[in-house]
Amino acid sequence: MDGLAHQLVAGIATGGIYAAVALALVMIYQATHHVNFAQGEMATFSTYIALTLIQAGLPYWVAFLATLVISFVLGVVIERVLLRPVHDAPVLTHVGIFIGLLLVFSNLSGWMFDYTVKAFPSPFEAGGPMLGGLVSGHELGSTAVTLAVLLLVFLFFRYTSLGLAMRAAAYNPVSARLVGIRVGWMLALGWGLAAAIGAVAGIMIAPVVFLEPNMMLGILLYAFAGALLGGIDNPGGAVLGGFAVGVIENLGGAYLVGTELKLTLALVIIIAVLLIKPSGLFGRVVVSRV
Amino acid sequence: MTAPPEAPILDVRGLTAGYGQTAVLHGLDFVVDQGGVTALLGANGAGKTTTLRAICGMVRTGGEIDFAGQRIGGLATEDIARRGIAHVPDGRGTFMELTVEENFRLGAYTRRDPEVAADFERVFGYFPRLRQRFRQQAGTLSGGEQQMLAIARALLLRPRLLLMDEPSFGLAPLIVQEIFAIMQRIRGDQGVSILLVEQNANLALDIADRAYLLETGRIVISGPAAEIRQDEAIRRSYLGY
Repeated sequence: MDGLAHQLVAGIATGGIYAAVALALVMIYQATHHVNFAQGEMATFSTYIALTLIQAGLPYWVAFLATLVISFVLGVVIERVLLRPVHDAPVLTHVGIFIGLLLVFSNLSGWMFDYTVKAFPSPFEAGGPMLGGLVSGHELGSTAVTLAVLLLVFLFFRYTSLGLAMRAAAYNPVSARLVGIRVGWMLALGWGLAAAIGAVAGIMIAPVVFLEPNMMLGILLYAFAGALLGGIDNPGGAVLGGFAVGVIENLGGAYLVGTELKLTLALVIIIAVLLIKPSGLFGRVVVSRV
Repeated sequence: MTAPPEAPILDVRGLTAGYGQTAVLHGLDFVVDQGGVTALLGANGAGKTTTLRAICGMVRTGGEIDFAGQRIGGLATEDIARRGIAHVPDGRGTFMELTVEENFRLGAYTRRDPEVAADFERVFGYFPRLRQRFRQQAGTLSGGEQQMLAIARALLLRPRLLLMDEPSFGLAPLIVQEIFAIMQRIRGDQGVSILLVEQNANLALDIADRAYLLETGRIVISGPAAEIRQDEAIRRSYLGY
């Protein structure tokens, strides 16, 4: 019974990481109707930046925040420089750019920081096992951080006028322009936010899986499964889907297929969702009367 | 009819516009007077909607568009909106997924002045029903309410020029009358100038003081609305009633 409880808690902890990456995917999907395959590699690169800053002697949380800012700027620049010129281009152009970005960031990480597997510090290690050994300090801490980030993002989109403008630009770019919203910049901000959220996920998972250039490959797959499960056009649903996939993955890995085959669970979820309920559990249904 | 003392708020000369290789407008000249209502009339496909899109920079254009004495041809749509031109497009441009309240907030998005809250109240004065629907998703409103919301959103920009694309489209006659009565009030209260596109010429000529008749991208008749309304020949051959 203890084992089951532990698997559940661990599932929620990794689920938080998937939820964050799923949210990053959904944010860009909502605005552009494309899935950014490079989201994971961008997050890995951000994690290397964080490690470099920490090794340079910056306090952990200063390095953490600085990494978020750098990642945000990087995301904005990528959108402005690479995506904006092809905004109206066909889907395959975007797929090509995303794959290109994936390769570039993966190789950049390896070339700049070498391919050896690195340990990554956790600010929560000192805590040790908590709640009667049920949960490690890092699991608890990283879950708290991802939850806090998700909450901040929610509050931003729900209550600020910039967040409202970003949603308006994603839903209806033509009308958004007519009320004076600079839609192009809203897209760029969305990319920046997605990159920053991805960076949080990378930094929080790195102490668990260790840092190497392909660290986020599997995580992106789980996150994508989570996004699809919750509804690729629904940020809240994608977050719940991310947590659900984390729990399914841990329980399935422990009791069903073993750790070696865990990743296939993500593929099973993806295929099952697409076959049974393509819009996901919480896919948005727009009510409209004419 | 004497000319108004002020320069027109909108002065368009030689306006051309098109989609891809296809030219739709072949050199239009027209004005909207300061505080006036100009009606663009014409059949389907005459280029009325394209004219409004051209003014807002939503299509490729040529010719000169002067708004409040400044060239706006070639500017981005969002910059034209920021200068004070609000557009109620065909299809109404409502953010269906958002609430009525959020649509209101978006209407006032470019404004930083403290009078936004007072303007919400003023708009509720015109459209009391929107107050009851304030927290509701815009997509669940009836057609008439959606048209009201579209006009409300446009007014919240505090425009100096309001472009309206067929506000009567798809609505029951009673609702249309209600909306046109409210437009009369808005015109009187706010001093906003209006460029109105309508297929329902009778309605449009009632509220307009100047009218232009479009046929396949050209202006074929122009003049004071009252004169056009009284001209039997025009009415029979162009307006069809």
